[in-house]
Amino acid sequence: MHYHKYRLIVPFLMPAVLLYGIFVIWPYAQAIYISLTSWRGYSNNKPFVGLDNYRNLWEDERLREGLTRNGQLLIVLPLVTIAIALTFAALFTQGGQSVRGAGFYRIVFFFPQVIPVVIVGILWSYVYQPNAGLLNGVLRNIGLDGATRSWLTDPTMVLWAVAAVAVWSSVGFYMVIFLASMQSIPTSFYEAAILDGAGRWRSFKDITFPLIWESVRTALIYLAIAALDFFILVAVLAGGTTTMGARRAEVAALYLYNRAFEDNRWGIASAIGVLLLVLTLLLSVGIMRVTRRETYEF
Amino acid sequence: MSAEAFRPIQETRPVAEISAVRRRPRTVDAVAVWVTQAMLGIWALLVIFPFVWMIMTSLKTDGEIIASPWELPSALQWDNFARAWTDARIGRFFVNTIIVLAGSLTGTLLVSAMAAYVLARFVFPGRQFIYFAFAAGLMFPVYLALVPLYFLVDDLDRFGLGLATYQSLILVYIAYSLPFTIFFLTAFFKTLPSELGEAAILDGASHYQIFFQVMLPLAKPGLIAMGIFNFLGQWNQFLLPLVLMPETLDPDKLMLSQGLYFLSIQGTYDSDYSALFAAMVITMIPTLIVYILFQRRLEAGLTAGALKG
Repeated sequence: MHYHKYRLIVPFLMPAVLLYGIFVIWPYAQAIYISLTSWRGYSNNKPFVGLDNYRNLWEDERLREGLTRNGQLLIVLPLVTIAIALTFAALFTQGGQSVRGAGFYRIVFFFPQVIPVVIVGILWSYVYQPNAGLLNGVLRNIGLDGATRSWLTDPTMVLWAVAAVAVWSSVGFYMVIFLASMQSIPTSFYEAAILDGAGRWRSFKDITFPLIWESVRTALIYLAIAALDFFILVAVLAGGTTTMGARRAEVAALYLYNRAFEDNRWGIASAIGVLLLVLTLLLSVGIMRVTRRETYEF
Repeated sequence: MSAEAFRPIQETRPVAEISAVRRRPRTVDAVAVWVTQAMLGIWALLVIFPFVWMIMTSLKTDGEIIASPWELPSALQWDNFARAWTDARIGRFFVNTIIVLAGSLTGTLLVSAMAAYVLARFVFPGRQFIYFAFAAGLMFPVYLALVPLYFLVDDLDRFGLGLATYQSLILVYIAYSLPFTIFFLTAFFKTLPSELGEAAILDGASHYQIFFQVMLPLAKPGLIAMGIFNFLGQWNQFLLPLVLMPETLDPDKLMLSQGLYFLSIQGTYDSDYSALFAAMVITMIPTLIVYILFQRRLEAGLTAGALKG
């Protein structure tokens, strides 16, 4: 059957390989080269400076601040998102008599995930508005005037205000992943547990959780990658990449963008990008190693 | 993954039946049900409310938006949508987005299906390498490529591409959609029984005929899932057009989400808030329709991809 197979293989693979090579691989390879130059603008002159950019990054206070924010997100974002998503998924599958309106909730919870991130950002920037915004309005109505603030410029709150939007928009996606995984667990497992007198919490902890571990792992990796990026949401919520709010929630990727497109420091910007790529890869591999467990076949 | 994954996920009846066996006081169950409903209800409200507020606001006057952001519009201002469509040029951006997506979606599916088919069903040297090169693309952050990509596309203008052109954006969208689509479709083609192709060969069909007449129709569920996924992804794409369709070069070539972003930044100067909200509703409608129509398929497809990823 495979006699003339190369007459098919080559033309079938060619378009994908060409497009991918030209528009994906080549720019990334170039980014690595640019990170070794002190290229500052539109001239073709790209002076080679070796690892100088990387050495300077070590001293760069603003990058350090940015990475610290990514680090905070890295801890909080996966924890909160997975906790909420798991809770909802568990409520769907174990909430006694089948949850009323389950189909409706699924559609609603997943919805923010498919909405353009620009709309999510603009919408929430109005929710967070100090005077006419929804959030402060609710707080005033329930008598918590002291808790109102300018969420998107307040130095201690702005990053968390943005993170809350990320959780809001992605909980439904992870819930659906966990649900699909939970629904593939044979019900006989639960029947056996109930006969042994296990309650809801026991059967969740000892049956559900170990059996859906693979999807929790996947979620951890996705969320870790998101925590190291986080650039679009900050830019859109803060109303630009250089506003006061954006500066106070400036994650490393946003700093990269500003270095490149505001300051024309392409060399340094590319070095930040390479650093972030390496961090992302290391983190993904690290999470995969640390979370590796025996998988249960069923 | 198997073709099973594309069947709508069923509600778990059996678990509910078990709870009938459970020897627990009824009151505990009643409380649990109540707490469950309350939690789910609150989250649903948290999700729905901003969108309802957005639609409500899009039908108010600017004065009402500022003076009484909470109240219903006194009269429905459909005119906001007309202003958003023409004055704010959302209509123009809408058409641009449709043109680009018509090309990029067709291209993504065709190019990915051909590559995935070969990767899934033929053995040849370098197959693993090519497969992993595509899969690795799932991890690359797009922002790292932005700067070189900008200059690359600019350089390619001698080949009829260049910045602020539909054809460049179409090719770039296809290229950046390949990793996930190929990854997903390869797994899909692997599940199709190999006897099918062999039978067709015995009947004298060529490899091309097998692909277009036997395999593609069989892969329809996978293609549909990827079509929806990429429609949403490309419709929502923000960074690539922001860099590759610069407003300064051609203000008429902006994509929808990009145009919306500029409108929101300018909005603070012009303070035509009502048109901005109308523009947001217009931008959201296609995703809303596609989502409601294909929700089950999309969920099944995405989770299958995520679970086996």
